[in-house]
Amino acid sequence: MGATGLAIQLAFVIAAALFIFGLKLLGSAATARKGNLLSAVGMLLAIVAALLDQGIVEFQWVLAGMVVGGVIGAGAARLVQMTSMPEMVALFNGFGGMASLLVGAAALGAGDSNTFILVTIVLSILIGGLTFTGSLVAYGKLSEKIGSGAVTFSGQQIVNSLLVLAILASAVMFCLQPENSQWLYAIIALSLLFGIMAVIPIGGADMPVVISLLNSYSGLAACAAGFAINNNILIVAGSLVGASGIILTQIMCKAMNRSLSNVLFSGFGSVSSAEAVVEGEIKPISVEDAFYVLEAASSVVIVPGYGMAVAQAQHVVKELCELLEENGCEVNFGIHPVAGRMPGHMNVLLAEADVPYDQLLEMDEVNPRMETVDVAIVIGANDVVNPAAREVESSPIYGMPVINVDKARTVFVLKRSMASGFAGIENPLFYKENTRMLFGDAKESIGGLIREFS
Amino acid sequence: MEAVFLTFILMLSIFLGFELINKVPATLHTPLMSGANAISGITVVGAISLAGTGQHDVAQWLGAAAVALATINVVGGYMVTDRMLAMFKKRGK
Repeated sequence: MGATGLAIQLAFVIAAALFIFGLKLLGSAATARKGNLLSAVGMLLAIVAALLDQGIVEFQWVLAGMVVGGVIGAGAARLVQMTSMPEMVALFNGFGGMASLLVGAAALGAGDSNTFILVTIVLSILIGGLTFTGSLVAYGKLSEKIGSGAVTFSGQQIVNSLLVLAILASAVMFCLQPENSQWLYAIIALSLLFGIMAVIPIGGADMPVVISLLNSYSGLAACAAGFAINNNILIVAGSLVGASGIILTQIMCKAMNRSLSNVLFSGFGSVSSAEAVVEGEIKPISVEDAFYVLEAASSVVIVPGYGMAVAQAQHVVKELCELLEENGCEVNFGIHPVAGRMPGHMNVLLAEADVPYDQLLEMDEVNPRMETVDVAIVIGANDVVNPAAREVESSPIYGMPVINVDKARTVFVLKRSMASGFAGIENPLFYKENTRMLFGDAKESIGGLIREFS
Repeated sequence: MEAVFLTFILMLSIFLGFELINKVPATLHTPLMSGANAISGITVVGAISLAGTGQHDVAQWLGAAAVALATINVVGGYMVTDRMLAMFKKRGK
Protein backbone atom coordinates (compact mmCIF):
# COMPACT_ATOMS: atom_id res chain seq x y z
CA MET A 1 0.00 0.00 0.00
CA GLY A 2 1.53 3.29 -1.09
CA ALA A 3 1.17 6.67 0.57
CA THR A 4 -1.91 7.49 -1.51
CA GLY A 5 -3.46 4.14 -0.67
CA LEU A 6 -2.91 4.75 3.00
CA ALA A 7 -4.39 8.25 2.78
CA ILE A 8 -7.46 6.84 1.02
CA GLN A 9 -7.96 4.22 3.73
CA LEU A 10 -7.58 6.87 6.44
CA ALA A 11 -10.13 9.05 4.68
CA PHE A 12 -12.54 6.10 4.75
CA VAL A 13 -12.00 5.74 8.50
CA ILE A 14 -12.80 9.42 9.03
CA ALA A 15 -15.84 9.12 6.75
CA ALA A 16 -17.12 6.18 8.80
CA ALA A 17 -16.65 8.19 12.00
CA LEU A 18 -18.61 11.08 10.48
CA PHE A 19 -21.48 8.76 9.47
CA ILE A 20 -21.63 7.38 13.00
CA PHE A 21 -21.47 10.79 14.64
CA GLY A 22 -24.08 12.09 12.20
CA LEU A 23 -26.47 9.31 13.16
CA LYS A 24 -25.80 10.01 16.82
CA LEU A 25 -26.80 13.65 16.37
CA LEU A 26 -30.01 12.46 14.70
CA GLY A 27 -31.03 11.36 18.21
CA SER A 28 -32.49 14.79 18.91
CA ALA A 29 -34.48 17.15 16.71
CA ALA A 30 -32.34 20.06 17.89
CA THR A 31 -29.09 18.59 16.54
CA ALA A 32 -30.42 16.46 13.68
CA ARG A 33 -29.70 18.95 10.92
CA LYS A 34 -26.09 19.24 11.98
CA GLY A 35 -25.89 15.45 12.06
CA ASN A 36 -27.12 15.20 8.48
CA LEU A 37 -24.54 17.77 7.42
CA LEU A 38 -21.72 15.83 9.12
CA SER A 39 -22.87 12.67 7.42
CA ALA A 40 -22.85 14.48 4.06
CA VAL A 41 -19.30 15.74 4.72
CA GLY A 42 -18.28 12.15 5.44
CA MET A 43 -19.78 11.07 2.13
CA LEU A 44 -17.98 13.83 0.24
CA LEU A 45 -14.71 12.78 1.85
CA ALA A 46 -15.28 9.14 0.88
CA ILE A 47 -16.07 10.10 -2.72
CA VAL A 48 -13.03 12.36 -3.06
CA ALA A 49 -10.87 9.60 -1.60
CA ALA A 50 -12.29 7.09 -4.08
CA LEU A 51 -11.52 9.48 -6.96
CA LEU A 52 -7.90 9.75 -5.85
CA ASP A 53 -7.40 6.03 -6.28
CA GLN A 54 -4.50 5.50 -8.68
CA GLY A 55 -6.30 2.63 -10.34
CA ILE A 56 -8.65 5.16 -11.87
CA VAL A 57 -7.33 6.26 -15.21
CA GLU A 58 -10.47 7.32 -17.02
CA PHE A 59 -12.60 9.93 -15.41
CA GLN A 60 -15.10 10.74 -18.14
CA TRP A 61 -17.53 7.95 -17.31
CA VAL A 62 -17.25 8.52 -13.58
CA LEU A 63 -17.90 12.23 -13.95
CA ALA A 64 -20.70 11.72 -16.45
CA GLY A 65 -22.41 9.37 -14.01
CA MET A 66 -21.96 11.80 -11.16
CA VAL A 67 -23.33 14.76 -13.10
CA VAL A 68 -26.38 12.85 -14.33
CA GLY A 69 -27.07 11.39 -10.87
CA GLY A 70 -26.42 14.68 -9.10
CA VAL A 71 -28.81 16.65 -11.32
CA ILE A 72 -31.58 14.06 -10.97
CA GLY A 73 -31.06 13.74 -7.22
CA ALA A 74 -30.99 17.48 -6.58
CA GLY A 75 -34.07 18.03 -8.74
CA ALA A 76 -36.03 15.30 -6.99
CA ALA A 77 -35.01 16.54 -3.53
CA ARG A 78 -36.14 20.09 -4.31
CA LEU A 79 -39.38 19.26 -6.06
CA VAL A 80 -40.79 16.38 -4.02
CA GLN A 81 -43.93 17.12 -2.00
CA MET A 82 -43.76 16.12 1.64
CA THR A 83 -46.87 13.98 1.14
CA SER A 84 -44.89 12.03 -1.47
CA MET A 85 -41.87 11.29 0.72
CA PRO A 86 -42.77 7.58 0.99
CA GLU A 87 -42.69 7.25 -2.81
CA MET A 88 -39.34 9.04 -2.98
CA VAL A 89 -37.79 6.88 -0.27
CA ALA A 90 -39.15 3.77 -2.01
CA LEU A 91 -37.58 4.83 -5.33
CA PHE A 92 -34.27 5.68 -3.67
CA ASN A 93 -34.22 2.28 -1.97
CA GLY A 94 -34.59 0.82 -5.43
CA PHE A 95 -31.77 2.90 -6.93
CA GLY A 96 -29.48 1.88 -4.06
CA GLY A 97 -30.31 -1.76 -4.71
CA MET A 98 -29.69 -1.44 -8.44
CA ALA A 99 -26.36 0.31 -7.85
CA SER A 100 -25.25 -2.58 -5.64
CA LEU A 101 -26.39 -5.11 -8.22
CA LEU A 102 -24.34 -3.33 -10.90
CA VAL A 103 -21.28 -3.07 -8.65
CA GLY A 104 -21.59 -6.76 -7.85
CA ALA A 105 -21.85 -7.70 -11.52
CA ALA A 106 -19.00 -5.40 -12.52
CA ALA A 107 -16.82 -6.77 -9.71
CA LEU A 108 -16.95 -10.13 -11.42
CA GLY A 109 -15.18 -8.76 -14.46
CA ALA A 110 -12.73 -6.65 -12.51
CA GLY A 111 -11.14 -8.54 -9.67
CA ASP A 112 -9.79 -11.96 -8.82
CA SER A 113 -12.47 -14.37 -7.77
CA ASN A 114 -12.25 -16.97 -5.04
CA THR A 115 -15.35 -18.70 -3.72
CA PHE A 116 -15.84 -16.20 -0.91
CA ILE A 117 -15.87 -13.30 -3.37
CA LEU A 118 -18.22 -15.19 -5.69
CA VAL A 119 -20.67 -15.79 -2.85
CA THR A 120 -20.64 -12.09 -1.94
CA ILE A 121 -21.13 -11.18 -5.59
CA VAL A 122 -24.18 -13.42 -5.68
CA LEU A 123 -25.47 -11.80 -2.50
CA SER A 124 -25.04 -8.25 -3.75
CA ILE A 125 -26.80 -9.13 -7.01
CA LEU A 126 -29.57 -11.02 -5.26
CA ILE A 127 -30.30 -8.46 -2.53
CA GLY A 128 -29.74 -5.55 -4.89
CA GLY A 129 -32.02 -7.02 -7.55
CA LEU A 130 -34.91 -7.85 -5.28
CA THR A 131 -34.58 -4.46 -3.58
CA PHE A 132 -34.79 -2.77 -6.98
CA THR A 133 -37.93 -4.43 -8.32
CA GLY A 134 -39.52 -4.72 -4.86
CA SER A 135 -39.06 -0.99 -4.39
CA LEU A 136 -40.50 -0.23 -7.81
CA VAL A 137 -43.62 -2.25 -6.94
CA ALA A 138 -43.81 -0.48 -3.55
CA TYR A 139 -43.46 2.85 -5.37
CA GLY A 140 -46.23 1.85 -7.76
CA LYS A 141 -48.53 0.90 -4.91
CA LEU A 142 -47.77 4.04 -2.87
CA SER A 143 -48.28 6.39 -5.80
CA GLU A 144 -51.31 4.33 -6.85
CA LYS A 145 -49.90 3.88 -10.34
CA ILE A 146 -50.77 0.24 -9.80
CA GLY A 147 -53.52 -1.08 -7.53
CA SER A 148 -52.54 -0.71 -3.89
CA GLY A 149 -54.34 -3.87 -2.81
CA ALA A 150 -52.72 -7.21 -2.03
CA VAL A 151 -52.30 -9.39 -5.13
CA THR A 152 -52.71 -13.02 -4.18
CA PHE A 153 -53.40 -16.11 -6.23
CA SER A 154 -53.66 -19.78 -5.43
CA GLY A 155 -50.34 -21.56 -5.47
CA GLN A 156 -48.47 -18.32 -4.76
CA GLN A 157 -46.47 -19.92 -1.96
CA ILE A 158 -45.48 -22.78 -4.26
CA VAL A 159 -44.39 -20.43 -7.03
CA ASN A 160 -42.33 -18.42 -4.57
CA SER A 161 -40.76 -21.52 -3.08
CA LEU A 162 -39.79 -22.73 -6.56
CA LEU A 163 -38.33 -19.31 -7.25
CA VAL A 164 -36.18 -19.49 -4.11
CA LEU A 165 -34.99 -22.98 -5.09
CA ALA A 166 -34.15 -21.77 -8.59
CA ILE A 167 -32.16 -18.86 -7.14
CA LEU A 168 -30.25 -21.21 -4.82
CA ALA A 169 -29.52 -23.61 -7.68
CA SER A 170 -28.27 -20.85 -9.98
CA ALA A 171 -26.18 -19.40 -7.14
CA VAL A 172 -24.47 -22.74 -6.55
CA MET A 173 -23.90 -23.27 -10.27
CA PHE A 174 -22.51 -19.74 -10.60
CA CYS A 175 -19.99 -20.34 -7.81
CA LEU A 176 -18.93 -23.61 -9.45
CA GLN A 177 -18.70 -22.18 -12.98
CA PRO A 178 -18.10 -18.43 -12.69
CA GLU A 179 -16.82 -18.33 -16.28
CA ASN A 180 -20.23 -19.39 -17.60
CA SER A 181 -22.12 -16.10 -17.64
CA GLN A 182 -25.50 -17.81 -18.13
CA TRP A 183 -25.71 -18.44 -14.39
CA LEU A 184 -25.00 -14.80 -13.70
CA TYR A 185 -27.85 -13.72 -15.99
CA ALA A 186 -30.10 -16.32 -14.39
CA ILE A 187 -29.41 -14.95 -10.91
CA ILE A 188 -30.05 -11.38 -12.05
CA ALA A 189 -33.32 -12.29 -13.76
CA LEU A 190 -34.55 -14.46 -10.88
CA SER A 191 -33.73 -11.90 -8.21
CA LEU A 192 -35.54 -9.19 -10.16
CA LEU A 193 -38.55 -11.48 -10.47
CA PHE A 194 -38.37 -12.40 -6.81
CA GLY A 195 -38.55 -8.73 -5.77
CA ILE A 196 -41.83 -8.36 -7.64
CA MET A 197 -43.28 -11.59 -6.27
CA ALA A 198 -42.29 -10.65 -2.71
CA VAL A 199 -44.05 -7.28 -2.68
CA ILE A 200 -47.23 -7.82 -4.73
CA PRO A 201 -49.01 -9.86 -2.00
CA ILE A 202 -48.53 -7.03 0.51
CA GLY A 203 -51.41 -4.58 0.83
CA GLY A 204 -51.18 -0.79 0.78
CA ALA A 205 -51.75 -0.51 4.55
CA ASP A 206 -48.55 -2.46 5.18
CA MET A 207 -46.36 -0.25 3.00
CA PRO A 208 -44.68 1.42 6.03
CA VAL A 209 -43.28 -2.00 6.94
CA VAL A 210 -42.27 -2.80 3.38
CA ILE A 211 -40.37 0.41 2.71
CA SER A 212 -38.60 0.09 6.07
CA LEU A 213 -37.58 -3.44 5.16
CA LEU A 214 -36.46 -2.44 1.65
CA ASN A 215 -34.52 0.41 3.23
CA SER A 216 -32.70 -2.20 5.25
CA TYR A 217 -32.10 -4.37 2.18
CA SER A 218 -30.61 -1.46 0.23
CA GLY A 219 -28.06 -1.14 3.04
CA LEU A 220 -27.38 -4.86 3.17
CA ALA A 221 -26.91 -4.89 -0.62
CA ALA A 222 -24.27 -2.16 -0.25
CA CYS A 223 -22.70 -4.30 2.48
CA ALA A 224 -22.53 -7.33 0.20
CA ALA A 225 -21.06 -5.19 -2.57
CA GLY A 226 -18.46 -4.05 -0.05
CA PHE A 227 -17.45 -7.66 0.53
CA ALA A 228 -17.35 -8.30 -3.21
CA ILE A 229 -14.91 -5.48 -3.88
CA ASN A 230 -13.14 -5.74 -0.53
CA ASN A 231 -14.05 -2.25 0.68
CA ASN A 232 -14.48 -1.42 4.37
CA ILE A 233 -16.46 1.79 4.05
CA LEU A 234 -19.20 0.07 2.05
CA ILE A 235 -19.53 -2.55 4.77
CA VAL A 236 -19.69 -0.02 7.63
CA ALA A 237 -22.12 2.37 5.92
CA GLY A 238 -24.21 -0.47 4.49
CA SER A 239 -24.64 -2.17 7.83
CA LEU A 240 -25.59 1.09 9.53
CA VAL A 241 -28.38 1.48 6.96
CA GLY A 242 -29.28 -2.19 7.30
CA ALA A 243 -29.59 -1.87 11.08
CA SER A 244 -31.65 1.29 10.76
CA GLY A 245 -34.13 -0.36 8.40
CA ILE A 246 -34.46 -3.43 10.59
CA ILE A 247 -35.22 -1.35 13.69
CA LEU A 248 -37.84 0.70 11.85
CA THR A 249 -39.38 -2.51 10.52
CA GLN A 250 -39.60 -3.87 14.07
CA ILE A 251 -41.19 -0.66 15.35
CA MET A 252 -43.77 -0.71 12.57
CA CYS A 253 -44.63 -4.37 13.16
CA LYS A 254 -44.98 -3.80 16.90
CA ALA A 255 -47.23 -0.80 16.29
CA MET A 256 -49.51 -3.02 14.21
CA ASN A 257 -49.23 -5.96 16.62
CA ARG A 258 -48.16 -8.26 13.83
CA SER A 259 -45.12 -10.38 13.18
CA LEU A 260 -42.93 -9.63 10.19
CA SER A 261 -43.75 -12.97 8.59
CA ASN A 262 -47.45 -12.19 8.96
CA VAL A 263 -46.95 -8.91 7.08
CA LEU A 264 -44.83 -10.50 4.36
CA PHE A 265 -46.78 -13.65 3.68
CA SER A 266 -50.45 -12.94 4.30
CA GLY A 267 -52.35 -10.24 2.47
CA PHE A 268 -53.82 -8.26 5.34
CA GLY A 269 -56.19 -6.32 3.09
CA SER A 270 -57.83 -9.55 2.04
CA VAL A 271 -58.91 -10.49 5.57
CA SER A 272 -62.70 -10.63 5.66
CA SER A 273 -63.51 -9.62 9.20
CA ALA A 274 -66.39 -11.14 11.12
CA GLU A 275 -69.06 -8.50 11.46
CA ALA A 276 -68.62 -7.12 14.94
CA VAL A 277 -71.82 -6.16 16.69
CA VAL A 278 -71.64 -2.43 17.12
CA GLU A 279 -74.08 -0.79 19.49
CA GLY A 280 -75.13 2.82 19.64
CA GLU A 281 -75.81 5.29 16.90
CA ILE A 282 -73.90 7.78 14.85
CA LYS A 283 -74.24 11.32 16.20
CA PRO A 284 -73.34 13.97 13.64
CA ILE A 285 -72.44 17.47 14.77
CA SER A 286 -72.50 20.77 12.90
CA VAL A 287 -69.47 23.03 12.57
CA GLU A 288 -71.23 25.63 14.71
CA ASP A 289 -71.90 23.22 17.61
CA ALA A 290 -68.36 21.84 17.35
CA PHE A 291 -67.08 25.40 17.69
CA TYR A 292 -69.01 25.94 20.97
CA VAL A 293 -67.51 22.77 22.44
CA LEU A 294 -64.00 23.75 21.35
CA GLU A 295 -64.37 27.30 22.66
CA ALA A 296 -65.07 25.91 26.12
CA ALA A 297 -62.29 23.31 25.99
CA SER A 298 -59.08 23.80 27.97
CA SER A 299 -57.16 20.87 26.53
CA VAL A 300 -57.34 19.44 23.04
CA VAL A 301 -55.48 16.55 21.43
CA ILE A 302 -55.43 16.31 17.65
CA VAL A 303 -54.89 12.84 16.19
CA PRO A 304 -54.02 13.05 12.50
CA GLY A 305 -53.94 10.24 9.99
CA TYR A 306 -53.08 9.96 6.33
CA GLY A 307 -56.52 11.38 5.49
CA MET A 308 -55.28 14.74 6.78
CA ALA A 309 -52.45 14.66 4.26
CA VAL A 310 -54.78 13.62 1.44
CA ALA A 311 -57.08 16.55 2.22
CA GLN A 312 -53.98 18.80 2.49
CA ALA A 313 -55.47 19.99 5.78
CA GLN A 314 -52.25 20.32 7.81
CA HIS A 315 -51.96 24.09 7.31
CA VAL A 316 -55.55 24.83 8.40
CA VAL A 317 -55.02 22.45 11.33
CA LYS A 318 -52.06 24.56 12.41
CA GLU A 319 -54.23 27.69 12.09
CA LEU A 320 -56.96 26.15 14.24
CA CYS A 321 -54.31 25.09 16.71
CA GLU A 322 -53.11 28.71 17.05
CA LEU A 323 -56.64 30.03 17.54
CA LEU A 324 -57.29 27.46 20.27
CA GLU A 325 -54.05 28.41 22.01
CA GLU A 326 -54.97 32.10 21.87
CA ASN A 327 -58.19 31.05 23.53
CA GLY A 328 -56.16 29.64 26.46
CA CYS A 329 -56.42 26.01 25.43
CA GLU A 330 -53.55 23.52 25.55
CA VAL A 331 -53.18 21.78 22.19
CA ASN A 332 -51.10 18.70 21.49
CA PHE A 333 -50.84 16.22 18.66
CA GLY A 334 -50.97 12.48 19.25
CA ILE A 335 -49.01 10.65 16.58
CA HIS A 336 -49.43 6.93 16.11
CA PRO A 337 -46.28 5.18 14.80
CA VAL A 338 -48.08 3.87 11.72
CA ALA A 339 -50.10 6.99 10.96
CA GLY A 340 -49.25 7.99 7.40
CA ARG A 341 -47.52 5.95 4.75
CA MET A 342 -44.07 5.65 6.29
CA PRO A 343 -42.47 5.87 9.74
CA GLY A 344 -42.61 9.44 11.04
CA HIS A 345 -44.56 10.73 8.03
CA MET A 346 -47.13 12.69 10.06
CA ASN A 347 -44.39 14.51 11.97
CA VAL A 348 -42.82 15.78 8.76
CA LEU A 349 -46.18 16.93 7.37
CA LEU A 350 -46.98 18.81 10.57
CA ALA A 351 -43.46 20.25 10.80
CA GLU A 352 -43.96 21.52 7.26
CA ALA A 353 -47.07 23.33 8.51
CA ASP A 354 -44.90 24.95 11.22
CA VAL A 355 -46.21 22.89 14.12
CA PRO A 356 -43.36 22.88 16.67
CA TYR A 357 -41.95 19.40 17.26
CA ASP A 358 -42.35 19.55 21.05
CA GLN A 359 -46.09 19.63 20.43
CA LEU A 360 -45.95 16.29 18.59
CA LEU A 361 -46.43 13.58 21.19
CA GLU A 362 -45.87 9.87 20.69
CA MET A 363 -48.65 7.43 21.45
CA ASP A 364 -47.12 6.37 24.79
CA GLU A 365 -46.93 9.98 25.94
CA VAL A 366 -50.43 10.96 24.93
CA ASN A 367 -52.40 7.92 26.11
CA PRO A 368 -51.86 8.31 29.89
CA ARG A 369 -53.20 11.87 29.81
CA MET A 370 -56.18 11.12 27.57
CA GLU A 371 -58.70 11.07 30.46
CA THR A 372 -57.93 14.71 31.24
CA VAL A 373 -58.41 15.82 27.65
CA ASP A 374 -61.57 17.79 26.90
CA VAL A 375 -61.71 17.23 23.17
CA ALA A 376 -59.84 14.75 21.00
CA ILE A 377 -60.06 15.64 17.31
CA VAL A 378 -59.47 12.75 14.92
CA ILE A 379 -58.58 13.97 11.44
CA GLY A 380 -58.40 11.41 8.68
CA ALA A 381 -57.33 8.61 11.01
CA ASN A 382 -59.34 5.46 11.58
CA ASP A 383 -57.66 2.18 12.47
CA VAL A 384 -55.08 3.82 14.76
CA VAL A 385 -57.86 5.14 17.04
CA ASN A 386 -60.09 2.06 16.84
CA PRO A 387 -61.08 0.95 20.38
CA ALA A 388 -61.90 -2.50 18.93
CA ALA A 389 -58.16 -3.14 19.21
CA ARG A 390 -58.66 -3.11 22.99
CA GLU A 391 -62.20 -4.38 23.33
CA VAL A 392 -63.19 -6.74 20.54
CA GLU A 393 -61.22 -9.97 20.69
CA SER A 394 -62.49 -11.15 17.32
CA SER A 395 -61.28 -8.01 15.59
CA PRO A 396 -58.38 -8.50 13.16
CA ILE A 397 -56.59 -5.60 14.82
CA TYR A 398 -57.18 -6.84 18.38
CA GLY A 399 -54.06 -6.23 20.47
CA MET A 400 -52.71 -3.47 18.25
CA PRO A 401 -51.72 -0.44 20.36
CA VAL A 402 -54.02 2.47 19.54
CA ILE A 403 -54.43 6.05 20.67
CA ASN A 404 -57.28 5.91 23.20
CA VAL A 405 -59.22 8.93 21.98
CA ASP A 406 -62.45 7.37 23.23
CA LYS A 407 -61.26 8.06 26.78
CA ALA A 408 -61.30 11.82 26.19
CA ARG A 409 -64.41 13.67 27.39
CA THR A 410 -65.52 14.40 23.84
CA VAL A 411 -64.26 13.01 20.55
CA PHE A 412 -64.72 14.75 17.21
CA VAL A 413 -64.16 12.56 14.20
CA LEU A 414 -63.63 14.45 10.96
CA LYS A 415 -64.55 12.11 8.19
CA ARG A 416 -65.63 12.28 4.60
CA SER A 417 -68.17 9.49 4.85
CA MET A 418 -68.84 6.32 6.81
CA ALA A 419 -66.49 4.13 4.73
CA SER A 420 -64.18 1.99 6.85
CA GLY A 421 -60.41 2.49 7.01
CA PHE A 422 -57.53 0.98 5.08
CA ALA A 423 -57.83 -2.29 6.98
CA GLY A 424 -61.55 -2.48 6.17
CA ILE A 425 -62.58 -2.87 9.80
CA GLU A 426 -65.68 -1.47 11.46
CA ASN A 427 -64.81 1.21 14.02
CA PRO A 428 -66.94 1.19 17.23
CA LEU A 429 -65.48 4.61 18.12
CA PHE A 430 -67.98 6.24 15.79
CA TYR A 431 -70.87 4.83 17.83
CA LYS A 432 -69.60 5.76 21.29
CA GLU A 433 -71.61 7.96 23.62
CA ASN A 434 -68.99 10.75 23.65
CA THR A 435 -68.25 10.71 19.90
CA ARG A 436 -69.51 13.32 17.48
CA MET A 437 -69.03 12.96 13.73
CA LEU A 438 -68.13 16.06 11.75
CA PHE A 439 -68.81 14.92 8.20
CA GLY A 440 -67.26 16.52 5.15
CA ASP A 441 -63.86 17.37 3.70
CA ALA A 442 -61.45 17.84 6.63
CA LYS A 443 -59.97 21.02 5.17
CA GLU A 444 -63.40 22.61 4.73
CA SER A 445 -64.65 21.52 8.14
CA ILE A 446 -61.62 23.01 9.89
CA GLY A 447 -61.87 26.10 7.71
CA GLY A 448 -65.45 26.43 8.99
CA LEU A 449 -64.27 26.16 12.60
CA ILE A 450 -61.64 28.84 11.96
CA ARG A 451 -64.29 31.18 10.55
CA GLU A 452 -66.40 30.64 13.68
CA PHE A 453 -63.45 31.62 15.86
CA SER A 454 -62.65 34.83 14.02
CA MET B 1 -8.08 -13.91 6.84
CA GLU B 2 -9.43 -11.03 4.76
CA ALA B 3 -12.91 -12.51 4.88
CA VAL B 4 -12.82 -12.92 8.65
CA PHE B 5 -11.57 -9.38 9.05
CA LEU B 6 -14.39 -7.96 6.92
CA THR B 7 -16.99 -10.04 8.75
CA PHE B 8 -15.65 -8.68 12.01
CA ILE B 9 -16.21 -5.14 10.77
CA LEU B 10 -19.71 -6.11 9.64
CA MET B 11 -20.61 -7.53 13.04
CA LEU B 12 -19.39 -4.48 14.96
CA SER B 13 -21.09 -2.01 12.61
CA ILE B 14 -24.42 -3.77 12.86
CA PHE B 15 -24.36 -3.67 16.66
CA LEU B 16 -23.28 -0.04 16.57
CA GLY B 17 -26.09 0.70 14.12
CA PHE B 18 -28.68 -0.85 16.44
CA GLU B 19 -27.44 1.21 19.38
CA LEU B 20 -27.46 4.46 17.41
CA ILE B 21 -30.77 4.05 15.64
CA ASN B 22 -32.64 2.97 18.78
CA LYS B 23 -31.98 6.45 20.18
CA VAL B 24 -33.59 8.26 17.23
CA PRO B 25 -37.02 9.58 18.30
CA ALA B 26 -40.11 8.54 16.31
CA THR B 27 -40.55 12.18 15.27
CA LEU B 28 -37.44 11.90 13.11
CA HIS B 29 -38.06 8.52 11.51
CA THR B 30 -38.79 9.89 8.04
CA PRO B 31 -35.60 12.01 7.91
CA LEU B 32 -33.78 8.97 9.30
CA MET B 33 -34.97 6.88 6.37
CA SER B 34 -34.11 9.45 3.73
CA GLY B 35 -30.76 9.97 5.45
CA ALA B 36 -30.24 6.22 5.35
CA ASN B 37 -31.01 6.38 1.60
CA ALA B 38 -28.19 8.86 1.26
CA ILE B 39 -25.75 6.72 3.26
CA SER B 40 -26.63 3.62 1.23
CA GLY B 41 -25.42 5.67 -1.75
CA ILE B 42 -21.94 4.79 -0.42
CA THR B 43 -22.02 2.22 -3.23
CA VAL B 44 -20.82 5.15 -5.34
CA VAL B 45 -17.35 4.61 -3.86
CA GLY B 46 -17.30 1.06 -5.18
CA ALA B 47 -18.84 2.12 -8.47
CA ILE B 48 -16.17 4.81 -9.03
CA SER B 49 -13.37 2.30 -8.78
CA LEU B 50 -15.09 0.05 -11.31
CA ALA B 51 -16.10 2.79 -13.76
CA GLY B 52 -12.63 4.28 -13.97
CA THR B 53 -10.40 1.26 -14.45
CA GLY B 54 -10.21 1.83 -18.18
CA GLN B 55 -9.93 -1.92 -18.86
CA HIS B 56 -13.15 -3.86 -19.18
CA ASP B 57 -15.75 -2.24 -21.35
CA VAL B 58 -18.63 -3.96 -19.62
CA ALA B 59 -17.39 -3.28 -16.11
CA GLN B 60 -16.90 0.34 -17.07
CA TRP B 61 -20.43 0.73 -18.40
CA LEU B 62 -21.98 -1.00 -15.42
CA GLY B 63 -19.80 1.09 -13.14
CA ALA B 64 -20.91 4.35 -14.78
CA ALA B 65 -24.58 3.40 -14.43
CA ALA B 66 -23.98 2.47 -10.79
CA VAL B 67 -22.23 5.81 -10.20
CA ALA B 68 -25.26 7.65 -11.59
CA LEU B 69 -27.79 5.68 -9.52
CA ALA B 70 -25.81 5.91 -6.31
CA THR B 71 -25.19 9.63 -6.82
CA ILE B 72 -28.96 10.16 -7.10
CA ASN B 73 -29.22 8.61 -3.64
CA VAL B 74 -26.36 10.58 -2.16
CA VAL B 75 -27.32 14.01 -3.51
CA GLY B 76 -31.09 13.54 -3.34
CA GLY B 77 -30.99 11.82 0.04
CA TYR B 78 -28.90 14.42 1.85
CA MET B 79 -30.69 17.36 0.25
CA VAL B 80 -34.20 16.17 0.99
CA THR B 81 -33.22 15.20 4.55
CA ASP B 82 -31.82 18.68 5.10
CA ARG B 83 -34.99 20.19 3.63
CA MET B 84 -37.11 18.19 6.07
CA LEU B 85 -34.97 18.78 9.13
CA ALA B 86 -35.00 22.53 8.46
CA MET B 87 -38.78 22.41 9.02
CA PHE B 88 -38.53 20.98 12.53
CA LYS B 89 -38.74 23.90 14.93
CA LYS B 90 -39.13 24.22 18.65
CA ARG B 91 -42.05 26.08 20.17
CA GLY B 92 -41.64 29.84 20.34
CA LYS B 93 -39.01 30.15 17.65
